[in-house]
Amino acid sequence: MLLDSPLLSLVIWVPIIGGILVLATRSDANAPLARAIALLVSLITFILSIFLYTGFDLQTADMQFVERLSWIPAFNVYYHLGVDGISMPLIILTTFCTVLVVLAGWEVIKFKPAQYLASFLLMEGMMNGVFAALDGVLFYVFWEAMLIPMFLIIGIWGGPNRVYATIKFFLYTFLGSVFMLVALIYLYMKSGSFALLDFHALRIGLEPQTWIFIAFLLAFAVKVPMWPVHTWLPDAHVEAPTGGSVILAAIMLKMGAYGFVRLSLPIVPDASEMLTGMMITLSLIAVVYIGFVAMVQQDMKKLIAYSSISHMGFVTLGFFIPFVIYDSTHSTQGAAMGIEGAVVQMLSHGLVSAALFLCVGVLYDRLHSRMISDYGGVANTMPVFATLAVLFAMANVGLPGTSGFVGEFMVILSAFKANFWIAFLAATTLVIGAAYTLWMVKRVIFGDVTKPAVAELQDLNHREFLVLGVLAISVLLLGLWPAPLVEVMHPTVNHLIEQIGQSKL
Amino acid sequence: MPNIYLTIALVPLLGAIVAGLFGNQIGRSGAHWVTTIGVALSFLLSLVVFNHIVIDGAEPYNGTVYTWLISDGIHMEVGFLIDQLTAMMIVVVTFVSLMVHIYTIGYMRDDPGYQRFFSYISLFTFSMLMLVMANNFMQLFFGWEAVGLVSYLLIGFWYKKETAIYANLKAFLVNRVGDFGFLLGIAAILLYFNSLDYMDVFKAAPSLTNLTMEIIPGSEWSVMSVICILLFIGAMGKSAQVPLHVWLPDSMEGPTPISALIHAATMVTAGIFMVARMSPLYELSETALSVILVIGAITALFMGILGIIQNDIKRVVAYSTLSQLGYMTVALGASAYAAGIFHLMTHAFFKALLFLAAGSVIIALHHEQDIRKMGGLKKYLPITYWCMLIGSLALIGFPGFSGFFSKDAIIEAAQHSELPGAGFAYACVLLGVFITAFYSFRMFFLVFHGEERIDHHARAHLHESPLVVTLPLIGLAIPSVLAGAFYIGPMLFGNFFGNAIVVQDAHNVLAEIGADFTGWGGFVLHGLSGPAVWLAAAGVFAAWFLYLKRPELPARIQGACGWLYKLLDRKYYCDDFNDFFFAGGARGIGRLFWRIGDVKLIDGLLVNGTARSIGWLSGVIRQVQTGYLYHYAFVMIIGLLLMLSWILFSE
Repeated sequence: MLLDSPLLSLVIWVPIIGGILVLATRSDANAPLARAIALLVSLITFILSIFLYTGFDLQTADMQFVERLSWIPAFNVYYHLGVDGISMPLIILTTFCTVLVVLAGWEVIKFKPAQYLASFLLMEGMMNGVFAALDGVLFYVFWEAMLIPMFLIIGIWGGPNRVYATIKFFLYTFLGSVFMLVALIYLYMKSGSFALLDFHALRIGLEPQTWIFIAFLLAFAVKVPMWPVHTWLPDAHVEAPTGGSVILAAIMLKMGAYGFVRLSLPIVPDASEMLTGMMITLSLIAVVYIGFVAMVQQDMKKLIAYSSISHMGFVTLGFFIPFVIYDSTHSTQGAAMGIEGAVVQMLSHGLVSAALFLCVGVLYDRLHSRMISDYGGVANTMPVFATLAVLFAMANVGLPGTSGFVGEFMVILSAFKANFWIAFLAATTLVIGAAYTLWMVKRVIFGDVTKPAVAELQDLNHREFLVLGVLAISVLLLGLWPAPLVEVMHPTVNHLIEQIGQSKL
Repeated sequence: MPNIYLTIALVPLLGAIVAGLFGNQIGRSGAHWVTTIGVALSFLLSLVVFNHIVIDGAEPYNGTVYTWLISDGIHMEVGFLIDQLTAMMIVVVTFVSLMVHIYTIGYMRDDPGYQRFFSYISLFTFSMLMLVMANNFMQLFFGWEAVGLVSYLLIGFWYKKETAIYANLKAFLVNRVGDFGFLLGIAAILLYFNSLDYMDVFKAAPSLTNLTMEIIPGSEWSVMSVICILLFIGAMGKSAQVPLHVWLPDSMEGPTPISALIHAATMVTAGIFMVARMSPLYELSETALSVILVIGAITALFMGILGIIQNDIKRVVAYSTLSQLGYMTVALGASAYAAGIFHLMTHAFFKALLFLAAGSVIIALHHEQDIRKMGGLKKYLPITYWCMLIGSLALIGFPGFSGFFSKDAIIEAAQHSELPGAGFAYACVLLGVFITAFYSFRMFFLVFHGEERIDHHARAHLHESPLVVTLPLIGLAIPSVLAGAFYIGPMLFGNFFGNAIVVQDAHNVLAEIGADFTGWGGFVLHGLSGPAVWLAAAGVFAAWFLYLKRPELPARIQGACGWLYKLLDRKYYCDDFNDFFFAGGARGIGRLFWRIGDVKLIDGLLVNGTARSIGWLSGVIRQVQTGYLYHYAFVMIIGLLLMLSWILFSE
């Protein structure tokens, strides 16, 4: 019964309407009500999204749960939704993280809690919209609209330097997306439709392909973010409240990566192939260069932000590896592993970075400092927290048994098929990633207590334990048994590889 | 049987989870009971498996437990390969682990992290079992990294100690350097074999012997050599071979029971096990074997030499472990895999014994580890004394003791090997025998004989350790004596390992040695005619002379060779180099990239620079908009003139 209902519309509009309801509670005096509604709405949305998984057909690469209504007939614009094996898990990640964010902000946010929670719910709906949209205009609308709540979250509930960070964040991401709009309009003029699937089938010459690729790249590279357009991210993270950081790292960064698989690769495969060298170089710079930068950070949030950029380098690497494999071996054997690894990495990074930012949030709520040097010996006073934090640190390091390992492992295996040196540089993350993560752990968690403030720390309360505990279980589950997740992607990824293997010239 | 295999691995995991998550509920005794009984059960079942596979000669088991993931048609699975090699390893691992569990009850009695400690060592046992029972490279890597994790947690067990948390970070990072090579090796295997399953890979390996790859354009490298050397880099990290040995001495910051279990008997031998497991691959690359031979030889000799000048009782044993790991590596390089594994087994017994005995001394003296502040302890600690003596005799290769057989086999193997580097290796391992005997008995004499240099505070409470501590010592002392004589025949020259270890006829040094083998008694007699035993005797004599007979001499020698002492005291400057070059270099590069690349260039010049330029440009353009009508009229007239002239003259 439930499977016949428009599930995708529900996961988009339930949180948006819920968000408006939460806003309607208005005054801070109604905060308990606002929290209750927000939690309920986010839970309902999460449960609804689970049905996307249980009802998912593993045999087909076609879009599923499709909904299609005419929206602006004059321009052939449709309210067109659907998911495949790549977007469906991302929607679940979004709904999952939103529940955690609502819980994480529970009594921590004292200033306008209703508006804070509403922003997250509105954003959730829009982000689900991005992942589900199959129409160019709809995609673009959600894509831009979701910036507004994030802009507000950082700008209102952020730290002291929030104005600089929000403006940098907004200008960067907005500037990039405008080029994407131009490319979408060009594609509409060529095809007479805004349907993404029509774009996939459209034949385009190499020169326009190149321009379209670059336009998309400007939009997506900023979001991922790729070197050298990454500097907005550390600033945004440092200023954002914990919940904002979590959504930013866990979901927003995935938008850029998702854009590559949904738009760039299938629409302009020849240009993608032509510019693969550049893409792989940029990805490897992200892995190595940013890893070194992360090592010397003094601010925990900045360190994790840089670590995010480094990990996202694996995602873009995995997406473009297939071209090199095809070029050097003339077969697609090994290509699927790269793309699937990249998608697993997206999901895993969503969980791990969310967890790490929440851990910093736990400390920040107590000491109001993000500086590594203000801590030391936290394990003495917060043993439960320390245990979980070390687990998430290990996931960040890519330890087998945690989700962090799966994606990196697959991408490195796939990269080796392409070229020894690509794999070599990518694998340096084993050492560099361990160095920056565990050095931070050493300075924050371990050691004797020397700061009086640390001596008075209280261990996790039940709410915090619940949030981090759920994440810990997810991280372990995905690391110990990733098969059910990867299985979902097979038809979609194989279809994608077919698409990118066919020249459109 | 598959259920038994699964039980062997999972029971310690269960113990670890219970002791770790419910430590407060079950209390201290609950934690040690649940984990110790779990490991004891694993040990008993391991004996059943040993009996089934090795003694009854049943077919090896190779099966899947569950599918981890499928991608690109590659099945990555968690599964078990139980053959003779695995059967032997699980017995050794669970036996030493059981002894250490029991010992820990006494050793860690007063530690506030008691439950956590039991949870960790049980988790370690699980990880190590998964490693040795793996039937594919993915799971091997799982176990490989998991033991690294537990080692990290246990070295830093006393997390308040700055030296401990420095040592565990260092251990993890150095191991990661090895894992980096290991992972690339696994990736190479997937590329060339399209499978990660041991059996598929071993079957297909011979057909790849002559295949080459181009890593640096223009030079063709043998694929097998590249794969084997990459995998061996992993082994160098885990088994602490030069130059990735630097983490092992520092790992002694952890509690003594784990030094015995992890950093002597089991985890550090994972690299040795791995190479022996991969013998079908290593046999195809003489280049890789030569590399192994030379690296092992350097480790065996030069790390042993460092043992001579250590004054911390645990560090002496640690350097001895490094040196013995070098011996095992030499055996692998000489294609005498069975001898390497044989030494792995005997070493596991006597080195665990030495560490636990050292621990017994340490607790008797209230955590005093400096051997200069010991002496004459024989009469206070009689059981520990005899156990330590047995361990030391086994280590130096006293005829008849277990170490004698395994070490002599390695020396002979190096002598018989014809690979490049074998001569060097033979010289190193032979000289190493003297060094081993010297540092072992230097420590032994300084601790148990001679004048008492104990401070009064410690002497007041000096007494033999309780039964939970001495019982494991005795338990380990028995195989330290007997295991050699008992197993040398079948393991080295018989069919103990079946098809688990593959050696090509051209390299089969053990078969050459075995041609003269008549029994363990004959081997002892044969050994007495060789130089090794006499070198060992000379080492013991030298130690006796310098530290008991003329104890004033060492200081004078040290004074006379100041530069040499300095070189050894700085551990050949490896740590200084790493600190300066790698740790300092990485931080330097990080700062450079961050401050120059991100902050100055990207943010300063491009991002904020753009913002500034736009601001400046608008400032300039704003000047034009004066608001005076005559300015605008003037500009219009100029423009009109220009346009008109352009139209007129362009005709």
